[in-house]
Amino acid sequence: MIQALSGQLLLGLINGSFYALLSLGLAIIFGLLDVVNFAHGAQYMMGAFLAWMGLQYLGIGYWWALLLVPLAVGGTGLIVERVFLRRLQGLDPLYGLLLTFGLALVIEGAFHHAYGNSGSPYPVPESLRGGFDLGFMYLPKYRAWVVLVSLAVSLGSWFVIEKTRLGSYLRAGTENPKLLQAFGVNVPIMFMLTYGFGVALAAFAGVMAAPIYQVTPMMGSSLIMVVFAVVVIGGMGSILGSIVTGIGVGLVEGLTKFIWPQAASVVVFVLMALVLLVRPAGLFGRQK
Amino acid sequence: MKSRFAVIAALLFAAGLASAAEPKVSDDAVRIGVLTDMTGYYSDLAGPGSVEAARMAVDDFGGKVLGKPIAIVSADHQNKADVSSTIARKWFDEDKVDVIVDLVSSSTALAVMPVAAEKKRITLLSGPATTAITGEKCTPYNVHWTYNNWALANGTGREVVKQGGDTWYFLTADYVFGKSLEEDTAAVVKASGGKVLGASRHPSPGTTDFSSFLLQAQASGAKIIGLANAGADTVNAIKQANEFGITKKQNLAGLLVFISDINSLGLPTAKGMYLTTAFYWDRDDDSRKWSKRFFEKTKRMPTMVQAGVYSAVSHYLRAIQAAGTDDADAVMARMRETPVNDFFAKNGRIGPDGLHRHDMYLVQVKTPEESKYPWDYYKIAKVIPAAEAFPPISDKCPNVKK
Repeated sequence: MIQALSGQLLLGLINGSFYALLSLGLAIIFGLLDVVNFAHGAQYMMGAFLAWMGLQYLGIGYWWALLLVPLAVGGTGLIVERVFLRRLQGLDPLYGLLLTFGLALVIEGAFHHAYGNSGSPYPVPESLRGGFDLGFMYLPKYRAWVVLVSLAVSLGSWFVIEKTRLGSYLRAGTENPKLLQAFGVNVPIMFMLTYGFGVALAAFAGVMAAPIYQVTPMMGSSLIMVVFAVVVIGGMGSILGSIVTGIGVGLVEGLTKFIWPQAASVVVFVLMALVLLVRPAGLFGRQK
Repeated sequence: MKSRFAVIAALLFAAGLASAAEPKVSDDAVRIGVLTDMTGYYSDLAGPGSVEAARMAVDDFGGKVLGKPIAIVSADHQNKADVSSTIARKWFDEDKVDVIVDLVSSSTALAVMPVAAEKKRITLLSGPATTAITGEKCTPYNVHWTYNNWALANGTGREVVKQGGDTWYFLTADYVFGKSLEEDTAAVVKASGGKVLGASRHPSPGTTDFSSFLLQAQASGAKIIGLANAGADTVNAIKQANEFGITKKQNLAGLLVFISDINSLGLPTAKGMYLTTAFYWDRDDDSRKWSKRFFEKTKRMPTMVQAGVYSAVSHYLRAIQAAGTDDADAVMARMRETPVNDFFAKNGRIGPDGLHRHDMYLVQVKTPEESKYPWDYYKIAKVIPAAEAFPPISDKCPNVKK
């Protein structure tokens, strides 16, 4: 009994750290640019695919992929921001949502066309194979690594945004971009880099996910709905909210799988509905 | 006035005679509709490959039957029953489609079959699996060509129990196909002296994380975890079972595994697994010859579903030729009378319930060391003769009773 419960909770923690990593990127982008980045799932998928392509065609291993792929995908994010999103600034956020949604369909469609949809295997790196027998369950080393790295990256991002000078510019940009510009900060560049960073986080999560899930063009679309729910529960644009909620939702899912498995895939959305009823701005959000 | 009437009557009479003497093809063309999953979870194992297989069958037949052109149309049914039946109705009513092939995913097949029967058009199913297609849901205008759940359950289930895997836990895709596969396999396991300890149902398609279901399977202590799912679900479940060390103490039995899945998994993960298939490209010279042509066009070796589509369409066209008409009743009768002999099946027979009974193959996935060239994935462990591979003619099927 206890054994099964702790197993499900640990799995919830693992899933939760993925949710946290992905919702963090979304929250950063929404917080600063007011863009609901629907392409996030596709960018996560691109991360996994680029890692796979690097290994397949260029012999670039997991560790280099972890560094290079977010840079590359983040780079495409810079272009998207410069070419498309910048034109939508000041318009209703709905336009950004529609644009990124369309973009996601185009990206997924292109990968689907080129690689089919049954996916490709990506091996777990040599040094992270095997696992620990915890008594109540067997914890693969790689999953433990995912939890640690996600937490480190999430908390690192939170620290930079909330506690450093650079972060204070970002937060100021959210509140009043014009005033910040007057202080001599190049706000357009800052916006571009922020979007790039959010996208790079998605790609980073993609590389982390590649050895666990099948690398397929649709891998993002099945995850993105849950991640959006996480962001809404946490409060749109709240950095800490997205991290805490991401892990929390993972745990709640794990708990549900233990108590009533059939409800596990719905529980997130029930939670979202409840939160919206009670606190429309989300658990950590501030009413604007 | 009278004489003109007589002339017209004579002309009509002559036309009637002429049409009686000449072979009859409705609407001056035979139209084949390939209705399949073009973009979703099953699009690699059926999808565009099924369309290509149908096209190859038409080209190999010469593009014409009884002097009339053969046309192919295709559409994406998105694995949705309502979309499938709507497209089928439109095809039959407006586009004069004579036959619908493939219908991967059981729910779409069950939705289209009654529509086709109502309009007296033929369905040739290659992708779907549920045994009900030729059982209680059977229609007189349907052929279930490639495989069904009963065949999979018997091929894999019986062999695994025989080798000592006598306690089972199922991971089941939560829709008509998965449940029926679980039911059929559980029956075989029990009949062979094994026991079923439980089952987890997962949403499908769309589940990517199987770890919690696998944990439940592990807790059950069953020797065998039976995967009553397909495509990406099976691939992810196998991959994660390896990752969580479950395969050290328990064994997996993939109940519906396609060669495209083995290609996605890679041999290091899939090696040693037993599975039942209706077709393996590298089985003999005929299958190799056709499969290599298919590979030229699609860059993938054919799955059993795609090979089945070719075989079914060819048999259908030959039946039209032999019957001298594309009338559904005549063609169905001819298809049942004639044994199927091609690279796909040797002496396959179509029963009154619509089930095409042919040999199946129990295969074992090769280790990376055993595999010598690309797509060299299977060792054939056992040829299961048609009579053993498929169920006897079902008494649940209304066509059979009368």
